[in-house]
Amino acid sequence: MERRAIFGNRVLPYALVAPQLAITLVFFFWPAGQAVYQSVLREDPFGLSSRFVWFENFEAVLSDEYYLNSLGTTAVFSLSVAALSLGVALLLAVQANNVIRGANTYRTLLIWPYAVAPAIAGVLWMFMFHPSIGLLGRGLRTLGVDWNFLLNGPQALLLVIVASAWKQVSYNFIFFLAGLQSIPKSLTEAAAIDGAGPRRRFWTVIFPLLSPIAFFLLVVNMVYAFFDTFGVIHAVTGGGPGKATEILVYKVYYDGMIALDLGGSAAQSVILLAIVIGLTVVQFRYVEKKVHY
Amino acid sequence: MVENRPIGRLLAHFILIIGVIVVAFPVYYTFVASTQATQPISVGQISLLPGDQLLNNYAQALSHGVAKTSGTPVGGMLLNSFIVALLIAVGKIAISLLSAYAVVFFSFRLRMVFFWMIFITLMLPVEVRILPTYKVVAELGMLDSFAGLTIPLIASATATLLFRQFFLTLPDELVEAAKIDGAGPLRFLRDMVIPLSRTNIAALFVILFIYGWNQYLWPLLITNSGDMETVIIGIKRMMGGADADTDWGAVMATTMLAMLPPVAVVMLMQRWFVKGLVDAEK
Repeated sequence: MERRAIFGNRVLPYALVAPQLAITLVFFFWPAGQAVYQSVLREDPFGLSSRFVWFENFEAVLSDEYYLNSLGTTAVFSLSVAALSLGVALLLAVQANNVIRGANTYRTLLIWPYAVAPAIAGVLWMFMFHPSIGLLGRGLRTLGVDWNFLLNGPQALLLVIVASAWKQVSYNFIFFLAGLQSIPKSLTEAAAIDGAGPRRRFWTVIFPLLSPIAFFLLVVNMVYAFFDTFGVIHAVTGGGPGKATEILVYKVYYDGMIALDLGGSAAQSVILLAIVIGLTVVQFRYVEKKVHY
Repeated sequence: MVENRPIGRLLAHFILIIGVIVVAFPVYYTFVASTQATQPISVGQISLLPGDQLLNNYAQALSHGVAKTSGTPVGGMLLNSFIVALLIAVGKIAISLLSAYAVVFFSFRLRMVFFWMIFITLMLPVEVRILPTYKVVAELGMLDSFAGLTIPLIASATATLLFRQFFLTLPDELVEAAKIDGAGPLRFLRDMVIPLSRTNIAALFVILFIYGWNQYLWPLLITNSGDMETVIIGIKRMMGGADADTDWGAVMATTMLAMLPPVAVVMLMQRWFVKGLVDAEK
């Protein structure tokens, strides 16, 4: 869409975009370019010289057992977070849409975890399930479950999944509820007159109308689980025990900032970059026109 | 509801109440723990009713921090977080408003190139360029400073897109009228566009304040001294070391304090928050 009435001024528009562009160039494009450049170089341990190695860093990363392991962990982690938070949010939104009184109160009571930082969400759940100080952690142990997420990998993964999903439910809930409220009542009424019960109406009328929002949220949740959950992992498990919760973002951080493997970390960054680009393209191509509020 | 189904409604309330409890319980648990003495907490004897150490724990955290692991007072961290969140929110809104204004109301060379450059930053989160960005900030001497904590984060594709979207809905007649009355572009921006954008600005402010407050990876990378730490990363440092040494009462109090400001912003500005969230993702 083009505007007809436009100001004519030669210098001003450049001055107006300058601050945003300067930050974009210095802190986004230049470093991203550096990451791509570094990913095809290998530096000696003292940082004195580097040489061009084509795709050796990528080969090294992709044949690294730990990296493949981290890839698998990330897949399990992000799919579980997305499925859990979407499922719970949809269930709650459908109920909130059904109650006549109190829908707004429930909304108020359900949306505030959006404001809780992922790291804090992790810490809250860690407190509850801590094997020595947590009420539920100790409870599980009294029941005979050998619960100790500090030592048991799958249990640690389960804990960070639940904590990450807990924080994201509120976000999904807001969108599902907005979507449900925008579905015209006449549609469900027509289906009811035709004899469809509540369950049938949900699956044949409401859910299909909701699916664009669900798909959009799926992408957003995947991005969240891939990137924003760094805080949860770092604060609660530190990738452990024994790399059981080391998702890709945590590994990039660890290999680059702690283990100082520049080429390997850069190659991992480029792989992550490809994942973000893929997710963003999917989001904009398939979601743009189909979501109605 | 089409039919009147009291049992179905009752079930709906029941499910919602369970949902509210699951959502609230972790916070309640931390709250009651933050009102109890550290000694019983560390052996797992947490009562589910508030204790009597509330003032003690919060005062201890605010003024001294957790002495055994990191002596940084939480009061200072909260102030850092507040400054960072405010600078990020205001900075993002300001530069996005200006660049969206330029893109919509002017015709100039490279206009679309600039627009796409801003748009593409969506695909370049900090996580994919950790080391090189760190290097740039280090070379500019911005480590351990508010400038370093905020400036690299204030480019915003989302806010720019949102403002652009809104500006495109302003009628051309408005611009014509302003021109006929002799208003230049800056006058038009100040007297028409910004006042009309008030609701959008409020909505964005809520979202961006929370975004800034909750930053984790970035402050972790570029703060080395306790003085510049934000409260979210401060908690992690407090829990460092062996479990037995952790001053749980103060840690729990700090966790509550770290959560309170953004949650309060969401609750108090709920209307703008929901609008901002839904608009920003459109």
